[in-house]
Amino acid sequence: MARYVGPVPVWLSEGEFASLRAACSEMMPSDQGAPGAEEAGVADYIDILLGAFTFNPPRIWAGGPTSGRMGGEARFATFHRLSRLDELAWRMRIEGSQGIPEREFNGPVIGLQERYRRGLAALGDDFVPVDGKERRRRLRADPEFCELLHGHCCEGMYGAPEYGGNRNMVGWDYIGFKGDVQPVGYSDVEVSGP
Amino acid sequence: MTPDAIIIGSGPGGSTAAEVLTRAGWSVVIMEKGRNHLLDPDDLTKPARDFSNDEIKFISRHFLGPDPLIEPRAFRRSTEEGEHTHVGEVNSIPTTVGGGGTHADGKVPRFREEDFGLHSVYGPQDGAHVDDWPLTYAELEPYYAEVEHAIGVAGREGANPFAAWRSGPYPMPPGAPMYGSVLSSAAAEKLGLHPYEAPTAANSIAYDGRPACNNCGYCAFFGCPIHAKGDPVALLTKTLATGRAELMAETFVSRIRIEGSRATAVDYIGPDGVTRTMGAQLVIVAGGAIETPRLLLLSGLEHPALGRHLMVHFQTITVGHFAELRLHPHKGRAVTHVHDDAMVQDDRARAAAAEAGLPWLRGGLVEHSGSGLPIMEARHSPWGRHHAQAMRDSNLRDRMWAFIMQGEDLPYPSNTVDLSPSIRDARGFPVARITYQPGRHELAASKHHGKILQAVLEEMGADWTVHTSSPGVSYHGIGATPVPESRHVIGTARMGDDPASSVVDRWGRVHSLENVIVADSSVFVTSAGYGPTLTLVALAARAAHHLAGTLPS
Repeated sequence: MARYVGPVPVWLSEGEFASLRAACSEMMPSDQGAPGAEEAGVADYIDILLGAFTFNPPRIWAGGPTSGRMGGEARFATFHRLSRLDELAWRMRIEGSQGIPEREFNGPVIGLQERYRRGLAALGDDFVPVDGKERRRRLRADPEFCELLHGHCCEGMYGAPEYGGNRNMVGWDYIGFKGDVQPVGYSDVEVSGP
Repeated sequence: MTPDAIIIGSGPGGSTAAEVLTRAGWSVVIMEKGRNHLLDPDDLTKPARDFSNDEIKFISRHFLGPDPLIEPRAFRRSTEEGEHTHVGEVNSIPTTVGGGGTHADGKVPRFREEDFGLHSVYGPQDGAHVDDWPLTYAELEPYYAEVEHAIGVAGREGANPFAAWRSGPYPMPPGAPMYGSVLSSAAAEKLGLHPYEAPTAANSIAYDGRPACNNCGYCAFFGCPIHAKGDPVALLTKTLATGRAELMAETFVSRIRIEGSRATAVDYIGPDGVTRTMGAQLVIVAGGAIETPRLLLLSGLEHPALGRHLMVHFQTITVGHFAELRLHPHKGRAVTHVHDDAMVQDDRARAAAAEAGLPWLRGGLVEHSGSGLPIMEARHSPWGRHHAQAMRDSNLRDRMWAFIMQGEDLPYPSNTVDLSPSIRDARGFPVARITYQPGRHELAASKHHGKILQAVLEEMGADWTVHTSSPGVSYHGIGATPVPESRHVIGTARMGDDPASSVVDRWGRVHSLENVIVADSSVFVTSAGYGPTLTLVALAARAAHHLAGTLPS
C-alpha cells in the first residue's frame, strides 16, 4: 500500500474540506484531459499534513530507501519516528505555539492549522457554489493564504503519493516524470543522450 | 573514561579527523547535534536506509535539518540594518550525522597553487584582508591524494588545463556526462573555454564496498539512497569499525570549558534534553564556518578575528531557455561538467577589473547544470488553468540549462558570524547571526563573467537568457533575496602564523588553547572559487596526522 487510503478529512471539518477542495481545484484545475488537484487528491495531502499528529508515527517523513514502484521494498509507506526536537518543530509548525512556553522561545508561532482555518473561513461559506471567477477573486484577495495554498498544492500534485496526494501518480504521469527511480535509476544512455 | 579526543561535528571535517585518529589507535567520541540517518542504528559500521528520492521529505520538510523553527539563524546585510532583518534559514548546511557531506552533489575540486598565496600573486584589495595561507599547495597535496581515495573521487587527470599538479590519478574515471552538459561543454569550447568532467565524489564504478551511482538525479540537497556518494559514510563506518570510536547523535555541545590555555571538558545536551559534562584531553571542533565560531563564542573565547571574514561564494547564475530541446536535468548527478576559466586572469578580466577600479578580479568555478525537480518547478509556475500545460511544457525545468559560478568571496572583516542578542534555539542558546554582503570585487566579477556565460548559452542555442545572482543585488531578479543561497560557508576562524591576526595556527590549533583544534572550513584564509569540501577534508586529515604523528597513506 503506497498511498494513504483511510478516511478524509483527517483534521478539517467536512465544510472546510469542501472549501479546500474547491480552492485547490482553482489552483490546479482539470482541463482538457489534464489531471488537476481533484484527481490528484491534493486536498487530501493538505488535510493529512494538518492532521499529521493523529497518526503514529506522525506522517511527516516517508521512509526509505525505495517506494517499491521501481522495485525494492515499499518502504516509503513506513513513516519515520520523530525525535523529541523533531516533534517540537513539527508541532510548532502545524499546531502553532498555543501559548505553550516550550514553543515560544522566539515568540508566538501561528501554526498551519490556524492559518488554514482562517484562510478557508475568509473564502466564505458559499465558496463551493460560487463560480470560478469569484473563487479566484476571493483567493487573490488573501495573497498570504494564496501563497501558502499554492506551495502545498505543488507538493500534493507532484510529491510522492505516500503523503496523500499525487493519486495514482497522475501529477508525474502528465508531465512525463518517473518520480522516485531507485533502485533502478537511469542508464548512462538515458543520461547522456537526447 | 575520557577519550583521547572529543570531536564536535560528524561532517566531512570531523569524520575525517576521526578516521585518521582511530586508525592511529586513538579513542574518540564524536558528538553530533543532528540525528543519525546515515548509519544503521543496529550496526553503525553499515549504512542506514533512510535516504530516498523524495522531494517533499528533503526539500520541503527539512529531513536533514536544521529545522529553521528550532534552530534558526539571524541575518542582516550590515550593522546599519539594526539587529537583524531576517530570521530563519541562512546558509543552512545539514544538521545530521555526516553533516554537509550528505546533501552535497559531490563536486570536490582541489584548489590550485595560487589559491594559497593570493596576496603574493595578486596583491591586496581595498577593504579585504587578502592574505596568503600559512601553507602551500605542495604541503597539502599528499593529503588531497589521501582523502580523494578515502571518500572516492571520480575524475580524469589532465582534463582541466588549469589544474594544479597531482601526485597520482583519480581513484575512479568520470561517470556519464549529462546531456545538457554535453551541449553546454561543446558551446563553451567553441568560445574558447575549457570545460572538463567535474571531479565528483560519486562512484562511477563500485568502490570501497559501495555501489556505482545509478544516476537517479536526486543528488544536490538529498542523501544518497544507495550510498554511492562520497559523503562521510565511508569515513564513519571505518572509524566505528575500529571499536575505538563512539558516535553520540542528537548531542548538542553548548560549551567548551576552558581553564587558562586548556580545554578541560565539554558541556553537552543529549537527546533526553539533560545537560552533562565530559572531560576532555583534546577537543576538535568541526561544526562548519557558522556553528564553529558560534560554539567558540558561547565558550567565551575572545579574539578579534573570531567570527570575521565570513565568505559564502557569491553565486552568479545564468539561465538559458531552449524551446526545441528536452534537456532532462533530472537524470544524472546534478553537475557533470565545470570549467575554471573564470578563475584565470586574461585580458578581458584585467580590463573588467580596471573598469571597476579594482586591481584584479577572479570569478569562480562554473558549474554546468540543469535545474530542479517538479515541485520546485511548480512553485515557479502560474496557478490556474494554464498550470498543467505549463508543467507539461516544462519551460522552467526540462527546457532550461544554467551556469552557476561559485564566485570567490574576498575576506572582508565586516562579514561576520556572531551571537544574536535576542534569537534563541529551542535549547535556549543564542543562535548565530550572519552579517553579510558582497563587495565591489564580487559584484564586478559577477557582472563580467555573467555576460560571458550568457554568450555560451546563446552559442548553445538558447532563445533567451537571464543573468542573476545569489544573494540578489537588485532585489528585483528571480528569487532575489539578500540572504545568500550558497551552502559554502568559509572563513570565521582563519589560520595563520601570527596569533594577533589569526585564530588558529597552520595545524588548525587555536593559538590561545593548546588542546583545541578546528577542523572545518572556518580556518580558510581565502575562499578561492571552488567548493570547500575537499580542501577542508584535506586540512582535517593533515591536522589529525600531525596530532597522531602519522603520515598520509
